[in-house]
Formats: sequence, structure tokens, C-alpha cells
Amino acid sequence: MSHNAFITETDIAGDESGVLDGRTVAVKDNISTEGVRTTCGSEMLSDYVPPYDATVVSRLKDAGATIVGKANMDEFGMGTTTETSAFGPVTNPVDDDRVPGGSSGGSAAAVAAGDADLALGSDTGGSIRCPAAYCGVVGIKPTYGLVSRYGLVAYANSLEQIGPIANTVADAAELLSVIAGPDENDGTTRKAGADADYASAATGDVEGLTIGVPTQLVGGRERAGDDPAEGGETRAGADEAVVEVFEDALDEYRDAGAEIVEVSLPSVEYAVAAYYVIAMSEASSNLARFDGVRYGTSGGYDGNWNEAFSDAREEGFGDEVKRRVLLGTYALSAGYHDKYYKQAQEARAWVKQDFDEAFETVDVLASPTMPMLPPELGESLDDPLQMYLADANTVPVNLANLPAISVPAGESDGLPVGLQLVGPAFGEETIIRAGSLLA
Amino acid sequence: MSEPAVDAEEVRHVADLARVTLSEDEVDAFAEQFSEVLGYFEALEDVPEVESEPELVNVMREDEVEESLSQEAALANADESEDGFFKGPRVS
Repeated sequence: MSHNAFITETDIAGDESGVLDGRTVAVKDNISTEGVRTTCGSEMLSDYVPPYDATVVSRLKDAGATIVGKANMDEFGMGTTTETSAFGPVTNPVDDDRVPGGSSGGSAAAVAAGDADLALGSDTGGSIRCPAAYCGVVGIKPTYGLVSRYGLVAYANSLEQIGPIANTVADAAELLSVIAGPDENDGTTRKAGADADYASAATGDVEGLTIGVPTQLVGGRERAGDDPAEGGETRAGADEAVVEVFEDALDEYRDAGAEIVEVSLPSVEYAVAAYYVIAMSEASSNLARFDGVRYGTSGGYDGNWNEAFSDAREEGFGDEVKRRVLLGTYALSAGYHDKYYKQAQEARAWVKQDFDEAFETVDVLASPTMPMLPPELGESLDDPLQMYLADANTVPVNLANLPAISVPAGESDGLPVGLQLVGPAFGEETIIRAGSLLA
Repeated sequence: MSEPAVDAEEVRHVADLARVTLSEDEVDAFAEQFSEVLGYFEALEDVPEVESEPELVNVMREDEVEESLSQEAALANADESEDGFFKGPRVS
């Protein structure tokens, strides 16, 4: 095993025979596995051994898969590079000096390096699609409610979904069929898509498909850093190197009989701000459970509950987790709730409405998955805002609860570029069909 | 509009609410970063109001006793327990 892709190596064979017989799977370390420690990439949970399996893990076992390890990740899913893990960064199998993306960086690296046939990640704002793009593999973020979150250690419940990572769209689709479907242990799962055979949708036939390209997610990057409050753009466009590969991929779609049209989604300019306000707010509430009493490192501190609790969290949480818990607490605190949280919910409703309108005229939406090539290790850690801006193309999908896939679109300077295809709610078959042209 | 200035006192107050002790270095670094991030969040003030009616359904089931974790399993990850209970620090 390589690239520091695993926090814990295992060999859990499925109890029954099924469609995943003989296939090896890496499971992100925020997905509970009975009897195998599940750390979330955090010192806080370094010794935590779940007493039960997540629903997706039970389904993997029922399908005959072999779980080969718990994949390294950004601490509690918070990061875009897998450098915030308490267990050290993962390196990108394509180029050891670069990050694999995050937060499911270990899952994507394990597949890219050949250490697992398939992997499970979780995607709160792009955490499956980003590492898939940076490592040159396929990743699917399912529609919210398609896959059970029971046993997933919560970061931001209203945004996150578990999803597959694989070398091909057909493989990712097959894994999705195994894990999808309602679960009585998760009241947010839906009946739609329960019996779908996603793998058979990977036909590579895109004849007659209409693909919308949102201008806001492609445009020039020279606008980066402008202050939105002074009338500038609120987000950066994609790097030129990325846009070139993206345009070439669109040509492949045209040649295969798809129609490409431009669409406008004005709301996405506000998606990054809305996403981080909502995600941090939910995180500040979710992570309150790590008190060192029921689970988590207690540190054995003296003092009263609040003092002991605060000291344990100082020691157990890394910088990015503290940053998000504090900013979330700030956004929800008296006097600021209306300014940040309420406005973020308005933006979320607007993003949903924009997508709904777009899908009245197009079948899928296409953009680069990430606006840049994979950065070098250590390059992006010191500037949190710049790190957050890298998620501009992926977070609107989570705000709107839609499905999206990242497929390898080609390379620039030997580094992979991902193409993101977004579909309407429960339109997984359409994005799988569209993505299968390329991989 | 300028970035909202977040001072050390405010960071300490929020850290206290969030129950996270911070070192002095962390307080200073966070004050600077929070100003920048919260300044960026201010763009949300320009978001228009959108008519939306979320589809909400009741997913609650009848409250029936079902199989659950054993007391032993539920306590297995606690640093300290006593007589089948979690044992925590004193409350005040």
C-alpha cells in the first residue's frame, strides 16, 4: 500500500457472494466499520472503534466485496487537499509532489495507485469529485437521499452523500447500484432509484444529448480575488490550462452527436459563500458531540465540564476543524444569524431554482470539476479563503442536492483534468450515460 | 465595503461558546483569517429573496422498542464509565 492512502489496513471479506465478489474496496475513514477503528482523520477519534457497520458497509459485505482499508481523509472531511489529516497527507499517485485533492483523497489515491479496485468517499461540497479529478479517476456524488448516511460520521448533514470512486464510469455505477436505496435507519433516504441498474446506463452513447455549459463556471480566472462588495466577481473562473482540456472534451461530445449550449446560472456566484456558512454552521453543531466523555480523547483534564471539554477539543481538533467550528458558531450566534445563516439559505433556494430552470432546456450541465490543476503539497494550507474558493464548481451541486459525476477529461502538463457533469435530481442514469463517453 | 474587523476578544468569545480552548497564537491567526472569510461572506447580502416551498413530509415512525446496541457496546468507547454509566467531569 502506498501514498499514505490508508489510515488502517484491513482484510474484511464479504460474508456472501454477490456482484462485487473478488473486488477490493477502500472505505473512507468517516464511514463506520464494526470492530475496525474509524478516525475521521482526527486525533480526537484516533482510538474510536464503532460498534456497528454503516449501511453502505453492510451492503458492500452483502455484495461480496473485500474491504482492504480505511482511507485517509481531511480531518472530519474538512479540506480540499487531504493535508489536514492528523495521520499525514496523502500524495497524488500521478505526481508525488502534488496533493490528491480532498477530502476523500485517500479513497481516490487508493484506486489510482491500484491498491483497491473501488472506493467509497463522501461528498459535502465536492469531496468525491475533487480527488477524482486530481487523481484521474471517476467519482460520483449521488442525489441527496439516494444513499444512506447511517453510520457516516456527520459533518454537514443537509449537504453530504456517500458515493463511489472507480477507474471507469461502469465500475463506479456498479458500486452505486450496490449502495443506493432507502434505509429505515436514515429518514432522509428516498424510494427513488432503489432498483436502478446504473452500470447498464454506461453505454457511451451521447447522441441527441443536450449539454449546458454554465458560463459562470468556466470564464477567465483573471477576475480572481476581486472584492464582491465593490462590484467585482464573487468567484474565480477556471485556469486556462484547465479550460483548454475542458473545451477539447466538449469537442468530443459534439463529434459523438451531443449538442452543446451555453446557459447562465447567476446564483452560483454566491454558492461558495452560502455553502461555507451552511457547512460550518452544521459542523459547529455536529462536532459538539466530541466531548471526550462518550467517545473522543478526554486528555484527563481537571476542572469543570466546560473547562475539561474545551481543553480536550483544543488537543483533539486540528486547525481547519477549529476554524470551521468557530466560524460556524460565529455565523449562528446572536446578532449574526440573519446576516449570514438566513442569507445563505436564501442563496441555497436561489441556486436550486437556477438549476431547475436550466434542466428545463438541457439534459446535463458540464464544467471543469476543479478550476485548477492539482496544487503542490503545502501550497494552499496557509490561506483558508483561497482553499475555499477552489470549490466554486462543485459546491452548487450540494446546495441543490443534485447528482454529479467527475470523469477524466484529459491532461495538462501530465496532470489530470476532470470534467463534471451535473444531472437533475435522481438523474444518475443520465450523468452515467454522458460520462461513459470519456471513461 | 471593508472587511469586518474581528478582534482577539471576539475570537476568544466565540471559542468560549464553541468550547474550544485556543492558544494566544491561534487567537491572533484566527482573528486575521476570520476578517477575511467573513468579509467574503458579506457578498450574501446581495442575494435576492427567492420564493421556495420545500416539500416536507413526516418521516417519523411510531415509537416502538427495537433491537439496539448493548449497554456494554455503547460504553466501549468511553474513557471512563462506572456501573453502566458514562462518567464525565463535574458540571460546575
